Amino acid sequence: MNAHQKPMLEAKNIVKVLGSGAAEVRALKGVNLELMPGELTLLMGPSGSGKTTLLSILGCILSPTEGSLEIAGRSTEGLTAEGLADLRRRHVGFVFQSYNLVPTLSAAENVILALDLRGTSLMQAPALAETALRQVGLGHRAHAMPSKLSGGEKQRVAIARALAGSPSVILADEPTAALDSENGKAVMALLSQVAKDVRRAVLVVTHDHRTLSYGDRLIRIEDGKIVGRARKRVAKAGHHGASVAAA
Amino acid sequence: MRATAENAIPAAASPSNRASRRVKPMPMVAKLAYRNLFHDRLSLIVTLVGIVFSVVLVAVQFGIYLGSENRIAAMLDHAEGDLWVVPLGTKSFDDPSMLAGREKHAILSTSGIASAQELVVGFVIWRKTSGGSTTALLVGSDTTTNKSLPWDISQGSIAALSAPSAVAVDETYFSELGVGRIGDRAEVNGMNVTVAALTKGIRSFTTLPYVFTTIANARALLDASPDQASYAVVKTVAGRDVEDVRKALKARLPDAEILSHTEFRKRSLDYWLFETGAGSALIAGALLGVIVGIVIVAQTLYSSTKDHLNEFATLRALGASAGYIVKVILMQAILSAVIGYILGIILSLFVIYMSSESTLLIVMTPNLAMFLFCLTVGMCVFAAICAIFKVVRIDPAVVFSR
Repeated sequence: MNAHQKPMLEAKNIVKVLGSGAAEVRALKGVNLELMPGELTLLMGPSGSGKTTLLSILGCILSPTEGSLEIAGRSTEGLTAEGLADLRRRHVGFVFQSYNLVPTLSAAENVILALDLRGTSLMQAPALAETALRQVGLGHRAHAMPSKLSGGEKQRVAIARALAGSPSVILADEPTAALDSENGKAVMALLSQVAKDVRRAVLVVTHDHRTLSYGDRLIRIEDGKIVGRARKRVAKAGHHGASVAAA
Repeated sequence: MRATAENAIPAAASPSNRASRRVKPMPMVAKLAYRNLFHDRLSLIVTLVGIVFSVVLVAVQFGIYLGSENRIAAMLDHAEGDLWVVPLGTKSFDDPSMLAGREKHAILSTSGIASAQELVVGFVIWRKTSGGSTTALLVGSDTTTNKSLPWDISQGSIAALSAPSAVAVDETYFSELGVGRIGDRAEVNGMNVTVAALTKGIRSFTTLPYVFTTIANARALLDASPDQASYAVVKTVAGRDVEDVRKALKARLPDAEILSHTEFRKRSLDYWLFETGAGSALIAGALLGVIVGIVIVAQTLYSSTKDHLNEFATLRALGASAGYIVKVILMQAILSAVIGYILGIILSLFVIYMSSESTLLIVMTPNLAMFLFCLTVGMCVFAAICAIFKVVRIDPAVVFSR
């Protein structure tokens, strides 16, 4: 990591209280986190540790109870729901565990839809979508409907969708959870490749220890707090030989 | 990485890429709405059945309403008078009584009058030669000078009515009157008449057949004196103020009402359509059609929205504005409306065609067709409100919980 680089995403002292009264839960208890450009960060933690809540806040879907969040230099403070949606549209790409493709649209149309949301001209969008699909190795499946795609292919379409708008941050929620080992590796390899672009940062929330070797950084979260941070120690060619250690 | 460029196809060779350069692609909002709509065919069919039912019901109800207006006002519109002299308290043309008599002389001696035609109108008993009888409305006019009554003559001529006891009847009422062609005979108020002319499409609102004859014949059949009439149709001299003429006539004929064409038309329409409740029933039927349409479309759109809720939540998570999602729902509603309207209007025209030979007159005009289109779109957009409320409240965070 270049010490002079500015983070693509910076979360400071994030607190999130869910529910109220007797049902009140402090899901996040002062989380500090930075996502640096050109890095793939893994966020790991047991169920109920606050991973998904943190991801929702980092993705501007939930607002924090306390703390501040900046994405690509833009603060989320005081933004309305539509303001947050605008920030997501411009700067955040999502990859979901269940792919969340629109089943009535083809692979290419799913990507075009994401471009359309960003205001890309419909004359340009098909070519951009095709480029994004080729980037994930699915140029030949552009016209396939999601129901005709395998799980791995669906997830690659989802990555193409996230990539298409050139977001500053890509947030992936358990992207390998629904995939077999081979497809899981392929998807992580793809995300790792995507993260090499210094114009963006990638955060992957995962349970899967097989994904460890693909991360540049590992953050552990437990009980709503960050309990460990580690950085890849050896920069080898390929991912499988790399290891992570406490930073 | 397993996914490599080896699987990729060059951009230049891509059919979609070539196509995208040729034609402007369908907006994604429209494409998504269209796909959502056609994804669940059964739901689409239910929606369309609802809209078609609604369009046909409203079209027929309003068509009957317009047809009723045409029938109620047909005599007035064809008589072509600026002013009508009618007995006091006359409710409509089809509610005739006799003026006191000698009104024509008073009218013609009033300044500003170009012409005055008397009409003798009254209920008669029509007895068929085959047996049985029915009530009819006899309309007698001066067929030598007044060529506008009857109109739409299909066989024979107005001149043929000059023959003694000659009458004209409409083809619609053949079975009711027990006649079928020129030369057929019947008995009116105990006197023999002969069918000398036939008309096509002169149907009365009350369903009583009109029987046309000369004014002299009508007076004889109705036992009226030679100077009596039911109405006097007055034409004013061109350029004269009709209101001034009316005042002058009113001063001369205190026992009659002087109505403008518009007033008599409105009075007749109001009487039959609203005082009798017939028009209100038609409007209520049309409203019912709209309500049924709204309920069915609202229910199916809401159900469709619920089915696609996860996709809408994903769109929201991807940064779609609430407006974008609302547009998708509205587009679904509008697409449903357009398809339903086209099917509905075709079916309505078929119903109108099938009823064209019956005593029921259903009218479709370009204005009514346009009104129905706007009503259908408005109904579907209104029906989309529930679905829109549902969709704008989506919490995009649900995309992480699946």
